[in-house]
Amino acid sequence: MMRWSPALLLALLAAAPWLGFSGSYEFTLMARAMVLALAALSLGFLVGGAGLVSLGHAAMLGVGGYAVAILDAHGVTEALLVLPAAVAAAALFALLTGAIAIRTSGVHFIMITLAFGQMAFFTASSLAAYGGDDGYTLYARTEIAGHRLLENRLAFHYLCLALLAGAWLLLRAILASRFGRVLRATRENAQRAEAMGFAPYAYRLAAYAIAGAVAGLAGFLMANATEFVAPSAIAWQRSGELLFMVILGGVGSLPGAILGAAAFVVAEEQLATLTEHWRLIFGPLLILAVIFLPHGLAGRHRG
Amino acid sequence: MSGTLLLVQALNGLQLGVLLFLVAAGLTLVFGVMDFINLAHGVQYMLGAYLGAHFAAIMGSFWLALPLALLGSLAIGLLLEVLVFRHLYARDHLAQVLATFGVILVLNQGVKAVWGTAPRELPVPALLDGGITIMPGLQYPVFRIAIIAAGLATAGLLWLVVERTKVGMLIRAGATNPRMVAALGVDVRRLFTLVFATGAMLAGFAGVMAAPIFSVEPGMGDTVLILAFVVIVIGGIGSIRGAFIAALLVGLIDTLGRSLMPDLMRLILDASSARQAGAAIASMLVYVAMAAVLAFRPAGLFPVRGG
Amino acid sequence: MTGIGRRGLMGASAGLLAAPMLARAQGTPVKIGLVAVLTGPQAALGTQLRDGFQQALRHLDNRLGGRPVEVVLIDDELRPEVAVTKVRAAIERDRVDFVIGVVFSNILAAVMRPVTEANTFLISTNAGPSTFAGRGCNPFFFTTSYNNDQVHSVMGQAAQDSNYRRVFVMTPNYQAGRDAVAGFKSRFRGEVVDEVFVPLNQLDFSAELAKIAAARPDAIFTFMPGGLGVNLVRQYRQAGLANIPFLSTFTVDEATLPAQGEAALGFYSAASWAPNMPIEANQRFVRDFEAQFSYVPATYAAQAYDGAMLVDSALKRTGGSTADKDALRAALRAADFQSVRGNFRFGANHYPVQDFWLCQVARRPDGKFQTETVRKVLENSTDPYAAECRMR
Repeated sequence: MMRWSPALLLALLAAAPWLGFSGSYEFTLMARAMVLALAALSLGFLVGGAGLVSLGHAAMLGVGGYAVAILDAHGVTEALLVLPAAVAAAALFALLTGAIAIRTSGVHFIMITLAFGQMAFFTASSLAAYGGDDGYTLYARTEIAGHRLLENRLAFHYLCLALLAGAWLLLRAILASRFGRVLRATRENAQRAEAMGFAPYAYRLAAYAIAGAVAGLAGFLMANATEFVAPSAIAWQRSGELLFMVILGGVGSLPGAILGAAAFVVAEEQLATLTEHWRLIFGPLLILAVIFLPHGLAGRHRG
Repeated sequence: MSGTLLLVQALNGLQLGVLLFLVAAGLTLVFGVMDFINLAHGVQYMLGAYLGAHFAAIMGSFWLALPLALLGSLAIGLLLEVLVFRHLYARDHLAQVLATFGVILVLNQGVKAVWGTAPRELPVPALLDGGITIMPGLQYPVFRIAIIAAGLATAGLLWLVVERTKVGMLIRAGATNPRMVAALGVDVRRLFTLVFATGAMLAGFAGVMAAPIFSVEPGMGDTVLILAFVVIVIGGIGSIRGAFIAALLVGLIDTLGRSLMPDLMRLILDASSARQAGAAIASMLVYVAMAAVLAFRPAGLFPVRGG
Repeated sequence: MTGIGRRGLMGASAGLLAAPMLARAQGTPVKIGLVAVLTGPQAALGTQLRDGFQQALRHLDNRLGGRPVEVVLIDDELRPEVAVTKVRAAIERDRVDFVIGVVFSNILAAVMRPVTEANTFLISTNAGPSTFAGRGCNPFFFTTSYNNDQVHSVMGQAAQDSNYRRVFVMTPNYQAGRDAVAGFKSRFRGEVVDEVFVPLNQLDFSAELAKIAAARPDAIFTFMPGGLGVNLVRQYRQAGLANIPFLSTFTVDEATLPAQGEAALGFYSAASWAPNMPIEANQRFVRDFEAQFSYVPATYAAQAYDGAMLVDSALKRTGGSTADKDALRAALRAADFQSVRGNFRFGANHYPVQDFWLCQVARRPDGKFQTETVRKVLENSTDPYAAECRMR
């Protein structure tokens, strides 16, 4: 059943506007869930596919978001330009930082990605022209071929959904390809992969850049969903939350990342209305989930 | 910038470094011996500060509050070990990062529920009050000198224990090859508990020592935690010596960077943008240093683990 | 601390500070989205804001303009993107009639458009950035605090009046910090010996203190809100620099004094309100607030108290109706309530026109610390941006 639940979730999201979830608040919440799902998906690809646990993934999201903000400040709001720019900027950032980070492994990789994340955070904070620490409010959502289509909540909803589904299928296809098999081989036994004539470094770097590109896409959507970009969205705590979504869904399972993000948004939303001290409940839930659900919500994943 | 000022800034850097060492030492011990990433180490430091402020307010004495806060830190540390950490030793780093992240959420919120959101105060003990004039118009607080002394003493003590005792030998062996230690018939669980208790007390001690200079407030451990991680990664995970040298390095880089960077930037920028850009670059210097060290020595300056 | 008692009283359920039983009787409740930072190092300021608002509701028998009140408490976590999400939820899901509160300017900037574009009144009780005072003024936005620059410029004027010639300036490296420097310089004519910008998460000021000692200024001017100020003030005193006058804004106030204690004694701040003001409404507010919450209120609480009183007065004028936005706006503009500050009216940009004081930290007979007025620096002061505002 778990196998089909993400498809079910996407179908539900597609049907939601026609099932009464058409209030502006529900749209806001679903958009948030889908954007985070997209980001978690890219991180899940990295963690599950390449065994690269990054604690700086929010920076990729931030680069995408800031690309939108910076272009917006200079009057460029055409999606046909902004979207590729956001994706390319994030991929480039991933490529540059990954070139150094992938030389390390294990816990050192966690720490060096954290370091790059912090550098991105402080850089964003010092961009006085784009709001600095205070963040930047977009003048309007990005236009598509001159039409202000994204202002329409229904259109934006389906755009997020389409991109999420598309990214899922794409990453799944990549993992199933020869490239993906080599990637997993390097994760399980780097030396053997090397002996077989594959350079793990190049494969991992490529995977890192792909994950960065997808996260940049999520950043583009995030900037448009909140019409706002701020350094706090890059902080290491956000990277920690993304990791939590991935592990909640089950490491190694792409659909799990989507489920994890959805569960995270719902849990946060429900607990916050319960009590001011919702973290006192959320924290133990997190701990219990890690201890008792070692394979995540999506259940045991098969190699 | 005058020579005296530079010297004062170096002293400031040393003091920050020593404080970071107190936090990082516990972290690196636990990490090295138990292969356990404890993000909650920062909130344990925070709890030390809160307990110190709490007991000082009740007892009216820093010297009574210090041992009580250490005992409290130990008790809470052991409680956390039994409730949470014990179940994670066999798990991967990812699971450890997340579960201990959960502990951060709980304890940051918990101190607010118990002590409220306003920052709290732990007064400097009378014995260590006052300062020494080290440059015209500037007093160097005696308490900061006490922090440097306490940090150096702790470093010396740890070095003695790790290098010269049987327990220390096991710790070193555990950091290099944990499976071998277990195979030798050592009670690993007892070794783990001992190491963990030491780490908790060190974090609590750092918290109590920091409380009279910094404000005691929820979330105060988060900034220190990240810096402590930078320290142990630069130093090489599991290495006390590495942690010590890296802590001093980070303290000096941070302090001197903040002090010199705006002036350096003035060579290429106008005064006002130099001040802002200098401040921004100074705040990321330690991360640049960490990335640089890892790029050239992926296992840190003093790698411990074999193979 | 009274942490647990407070929460018990708040009625932890549903995050609502819902009005008690007697309010059930007649009328649908007025819904208020109360935005305050309740998480992280600056949470003490948000707690002050929340408690000040709540104290007003107690004085008003949990009614605003005769209608019962339902408060949706929003913790902005000092993260703009979190604030936007939660405030949107309050408007779209909870359909609040007013959004009130907000401690920090960056949060205000983030929620400004979502709130005002939904034709909902946004009443800031603390943040007062210049962005929304001049050309960016908005018919749906009011503030019961001040324009941020004004407070810093008051300190510049006070430094000028005290004949200080060389002043050392130090602020955090973000927009509000840079505004503080500009505001101070706008009225200070002497020499600024150095400007130092520190990161927002700075813990240790020893490097900067050495610089101050080396520069030997007549005074220092600083703006270090919350925990930053606690660290700075204590380390400043410990470094033996307290003989250099400490001029500050939002750095020594009742939210931070419990942790600064004696270290802050004699330090200066600029404000439009202090707990010792001999105005009857103020004395009642301070007395009852302390009895209820067991700590001394700061400006964050006083301005939130005024915010609730403002809404009450406006709703009384409209007969409790929030439907006619133009009528409600006119009623808010009238500001027909007794402010705890005394003089209070709105300028054309919906920012207050009021007096500003130089204040100094003092120890009260009961041993607690508070700021007390020293002298009036500006009278009936209008902020410098008001002239640029063309209210639509």
